[in-house]
This record gives sequence, C-alpha cells and structure tokens, in this order.
Amino acid sequence: MAADREISEQTTWMLAIRDRRDKQAFARLFDHYAPRLKGFVIRSGLDAAQAEEVVQDVMLTIWRKAEQFDPERAQVSGWIYQITRNRQIDVVRRVARAVPEELKHEDDHEPDPGQVLALEEETGKLKQALKRLKPEQRTMIEKAYLGDLTHQEIQAQTGLPLGTIKSRIRLGLDRLRHELKELREP
Amino acid sequence: MKTITHHIPDPMLAAYAAGTLPHAFEVVVATHVSMCDTCRVSLEAHQAVGGAILENADAADLPEGMKSDVMALLDQPIDDPQPAPKRAGIYPGPVMHALRNRAPRWKSLGFGVRQSILSDGPEGSLRLLHIPPGRAVPDHGHNGMELTLVLQGSFHDETGTFGVGDLEIADEELEHTPIAGEGDPCICLAATDAPLRFRTFVPRVLQPLFRI
Ligand SMILES: [Zn+2]
Repeated sequence: MAADREISEQTTWMLAIRDRRDKQAFARLFDHYAPRLKGFVIRSGLDAAQAEEVVQDVMLTIWRKAEQFDPERAQVSGWIYQITRNRQIDVVRRVARAVPEELKHEDDHEPDPGQVLALEEETGKLKQALKRLKPEQRTMIEKAYLGDLTHQEIQAQTGLPLGTIKSRIRLGLDRLRHELKELREP
Repeated sequence: MKTITHHIPDPMLAAYAAGTLPHAFEVVVATHVSMCDTCRVSLEAHQAVGGAILENADAADLPEGMKSDVMALLDQPIDDPQPAPKRAGIYPGPVMHALRNRAPRWKSLGFGVRQSILSDGPEGSLRLLHIPPGRAVPDHGHNGMELTLVLQGSFHDETGTFGVGDLEIADEELEHTPIAGEGDPCICLAATDAPLRFRTFVPRVLQPLFRI
C-alpha cells in the first residue's frame, strides 16, 4: 500500500537536520515553516514583533533539539506545533511550561520507513478531515488549538477521527518502549 | 504493574496541547503523561491536529534578514537553561521540576496527614499530600475543580478506587472523603483552580494561616 509512496520532504529535511546537522535542509525547512509560523502565531494573538521573536526562537529550538524528533511518533508539523505553543506560553506567562518526561530512541536507531509513511498517511487524512468539516465546526477546532478556548469550552466530540492516528502513534511508542526495555535488560 | 484506569479526558489533553490550562493543572497533566502511555499517545494525536492547523496557516511575510540572522545563530554555543526534568524516586520529572529538584518539605495537617505546597496563588494551588494507610483526607468541598493524581499507594472515595498513576477529577459538586488504602502511605499530587475550603478539619478562620 505505502510501498510506492515516498517520505515527505518535510520529514526528509528534518532527518537530515537531526542526523547530519544539514544546514541546507534547515534553510528549506525555514522557508517552508517560518512564514506559516508567523501567520499562526499572529492568529493566536501576538503582535508582529512578538510573533517574529517567537518564530526565531522556535526555528532555533528546532535546530538545537532536533535529536528529540521521532518520525515514528510525530510529523514535523505536530512536533513544531508543540515547540511553538511552549514558546508562546513562556512569552505570555512568566512561569515556565510544565512538560512531560522525554522519551528518546538510541542515537543509532534507524526509523522504520513503513511506520513513518503510515503515520504521514494518517496525518494526511486528518488534514483532509479538517478541510471537510463545516466552516463553523472547523473554526471551533482552530480556536481550540490556537489557545482561544478553555478546556471546559472544548467539546469532547471534536468531530475529528482521532482513533486511527492514535493507534498508529501507539505502534511507534510501543516500538520505542520495546527498545528502551531491551536496553535496560542486558 | 497495575494498569492505570483513570485517565485525562480528551478536552483537557487538547487544552494542555494548546496551553490553556492553569499552571497547576498543567503540572498534573504533564506528570500523568509521564506515567501513562495511553495519554501520551492521545496528547501526541492532539499535537498532530495542531500541526495540521499550523501546516494550513496563511503565510506571513518575514522581515528581510531574519533568515540569515537565524542561520548565523546555528553555530552559537547553546546555554540550555532548562534541561528536561528527570524522575527521582516516586516523583516524575514534572513534579521534580515543580519541587526545584529538592525533596518535598512536609508540614503536618494533623492525624499523620502531611502536605507540601508547591505553588499557591489566585490561579490555583499545587501541593503534595501524604496520607497514612486507612486515614482520610479531611472532608472538603471545592470552589472549582480539583485534580488528584496518585504517585504512591492508593485511595478510595465515594467515586471509586485510585492507584498509582490514576487521576481523579472532582468538580464543585463533589463532597468526597478520600481514604488512603492499606500498604504504603498514599502520596498524591493535588491541584485546584481555586482555594480549597476544608470542612471538619480546621475552622474556616484558620484557613489562611494553614494555607489549605
Ligand atoms: Zn492516562
């Protein structure tokens, strides 16, 4: 099924940055994401100058924390989304954001292309599902993820089919857990 | 290992991903996710939705020179002020971070119950509770919502039994009396988005004094 498809250029750039510290790949990633990031951050309420500061910080964090990127569990866009929200909150609030413990593959871990592709496919479906929503429903979801709604205001039923992407992420996480377990048990 | 049966509801995970939870709740969510792969997966799914929205966002023009500025900074040495928090004993990374990497400083509440306040303010409170086996947490109602996450031992109340990793969400209406289970003392992380009001334990006038 996924055999004739190729890993997206975003993921390819990010892996080149992570594994080879490839600055050309970073330049491409910058061209693709930095303008979108600015638009996204402005939509969630910062002015242009603050937004540019956040974009700069996020882009540098992508470079510096590249080793945390795991294409078996996250798409580049989702990973960047979380970095962006963290940074934005640190800017708006003075208290540093509380984040979960990190899980990381061993440095020599080769990602499984089948898993990476399947996850990309699921994310693609998610994007399509977003586009198919009724406009008012889509606006509500965008507001939720842009930080405009409290958790009481977020409806339990978002109308998005999250079940399949969850099972795909679960597979990626289980692979990582398995690897970590083997490391612990010689 | 016992399985975690009480999880974080999806809207709360989405709000965590978007960054709209009060800080005390945020610490509880980050701690539960550190202990629970089910919720870690859900959180990462919400991040994927956020990513899809980011990917669809309208591009905005960047100031001239910004890209070259960023490129020039890539080789700068990094002073990482905040390494990711690490677990110590029963306390997962986010709790250690809230404790500033020090052991909890327990204050007695009487009858063997102890608490260690991690933060307290108009936005809510975050504290650790230590309850000996068989003892009750003083009966209390809430001016809002209270999250209680078990880090050691267990407790039960009118709504069920909660073991390590389980999260109880109590709203304004719930007047519950959590009782610690047998075995190890129950240690939990408790967060509110409003000050607690205890009923039987301390007269109301003393509350500001005890900060409970
Ligand atoms: Zn959970």
